[in-house]
Formats: sequence, structure tokens, C-alpha cells
Amino acid sequence: MSGLIGRKVGMTRVFDDQGREIPVTVVQAGPCPVVQVKTQETDGYRAVQLGFGAKKEKRTSRPEAGHARKAGLESTPHVLREFEMAADEELEAGQELTVEVFEPGDLVKVTGTTKGRGFQGVVKRHGFAGRPASHGHSSSRTPGSMGPGTDPSRVIKGKKLPGRMGGKRRTVRKLEIVRVDAERHLLFVKGGLPGARNSYLFITK
Amino acid sequence: MADLLQEIDKEQLRDGLPDFNPGDTVRVLYRVTEGEKERIQAFEGVCLGRRGGGMGESFTVRKVSSGVGVERVFPLHSPFIKDIEIVRRGRVRRAKLYYLRNLRGKAARIPEKRTTR
Repeated sequence: MSGLIGRKVGMTRVFDDQGREIPVTVVQAGPCPVVQVKTQETDGYRAVQLGFGAKKEKRTSRPEAGHARKAGLESTPHVLREFEMAADEELEAGQELTVEVFEPGDLVKVTGTTKGRGFQGVVKRHGFAGRPASHGHSSSRTPGSMGPGTDPSRVIKGKKLPGRMGGKRRTVRKLEIVRVDAERHLLFVKGGLPGARNSYLFITK
Repeated sequence: MADLLQEIDKEQLRDGLPDFNPGDTVRVLYRVTEGEKERIQAFEGVCLGRRGGGMGESFTVRKVSSGVGVERVFPLHSPFIKDIEIVRRGRVRRAKLYYLRNLRGKAARIPEKRTTR
């Protein structure tokens, strides 16, 4: 198995054995119980459903609770997510996966929801250059021309315009695992990760 | 969660390094690896300032070597700093001594700090 669900703790830095500073994001990942194993026979595909966190009993619906009980769990996980399972892998419901599925040096993919930035203009949202602030310019952050005139007589689809930015699911690939802290279930991943602190992240190899 | 981050940082922070300020003349003993061998290189000069906080804190040391000004920035919590010795305490009135870059010779001297006992 090569996936885990985690929570973003925040960023800091660590030193490597060359004395270089490495920016890292700390992720509290796992322990993730296997909630369900999907097989070719019963579901038509192979996958493993992992859980993370614990939901308050008051907020748990009966079907959710029953699903967790079936796997032999004491509490209902807060998040569930399916991960691919290799052909030669055997996992059973109720089994627990920890950060030890990763090793320092592994390259991983991390999926999360980016910070919502609200309604943003074209400069921030699409990286348009904007106009000079001085020398007779009256507006400096406008999107400018909408495109050709009479000929198409319309604006082409997909034109980059202002709008809602962020709050989207994004995956960052090829991130190096710098350190694994099994005791506290922590992963140190090189570089920045999508989302705010405390937001959920899915880590796969 | 932020507490956990502080905890992680705390474990990595160096202690046992002397408390030095901008204006002090310090000697930084820095570990360098050349190929296989590892040795200690000393860099002595005036501390121009400290910046940042937590794990990211660093300081700048300036010295004039054969007429050329040399500045080096060290990460304070680097495990490669073996030790920092304070050669001399200087009395200065600002936190960043960037003005020293424009001074040379006699003008670039810093008076020694007098401690009242």
C-alpha cells in the first residue's frame, strides 16, 4: 500500500547532512485503518478504502457507523478515501497503516484543496502583467481587450477573466519525503503543499 | 496544531550557543567537508545583524580580507556550526549595521561595550 490520509500541520525547515536548509511541510498522517477492501469479484476493481480521524458519535449517521463497525473499528473515521492497491498486495479490513509505508527519499504525490481566495482579478488569478502604475495610465489591473472585433463577434470560450480563485482540488507531484517520524505519525515533505493548516491531504507514492 | 509545529522546531533549535548581538566581533567555527575530509573553518568578523526567528534565524558576519569586504550569512541553528566565540562586544545603536559597508579603516571601528558591574 502506498497511500495515506493526513492533515497539514504547517511549514518549517530542517537541515540535511550537507548542512543545507530544506523547506518542509509537516503532515500528520495516519494511522489509517483499512475500512474496506474492494476486489475484482465483488466490486469490479481493486482498491482499498482508508479512513482517518474520528468522528463524534453525535455527528455520525447510522450507515456511516455501520460501515466502520463492519471493519471492526471502534470509532467512525472522519474522512474516507480509496487508494489503488497493487496486484500482489493483500490487505484486510481493520488493519492499520502508518507513516512507515513511506521512507525518506520516496517521491510522493500530495492532493489537497487549495486555500480559497474569493473573487480575484486577472492579475492575481491568471498572472496577467497589468499596466504601468504611472505615465498616464488610468487603470492598472484591467484584463484589457476581450479579443477580435466584428469577425467572430463574440468572446472565445475559455477567455481568462476575473472570478473565483482557489478552493480547488490540486495535486502536487514528485515531492520528496525528507523525514518520517513514526512515533508521532509525522511526515516531512519537501516544499509547499496545497491548502490551509489543518486541511486534509491525500498522500500517494 | 501550531503547537505541534513549535514542538518540532524546538527539538531542532540549537542551544548552548552564546548570546551575541549586532556589533559584536564573533568567530564562527563552521564545519566544512572537502571530499572525504571534514575540518573546521573559522570565520571571524563583525556581526552585522540577525534576522528571522525560530528555525529560520540567521546572522551576517562581515570581515575585511586583504582589502576586500567579505560577508557570510550563517543559519543560526545549523548543525554545521560547531561553535560561536565572542571575541569582543561592540557598542552600537542600531540593529542592522549595513552602514559599515560604506566605511573603511578607522571609520569602520566599533567602540567596545562597557559593562557596569
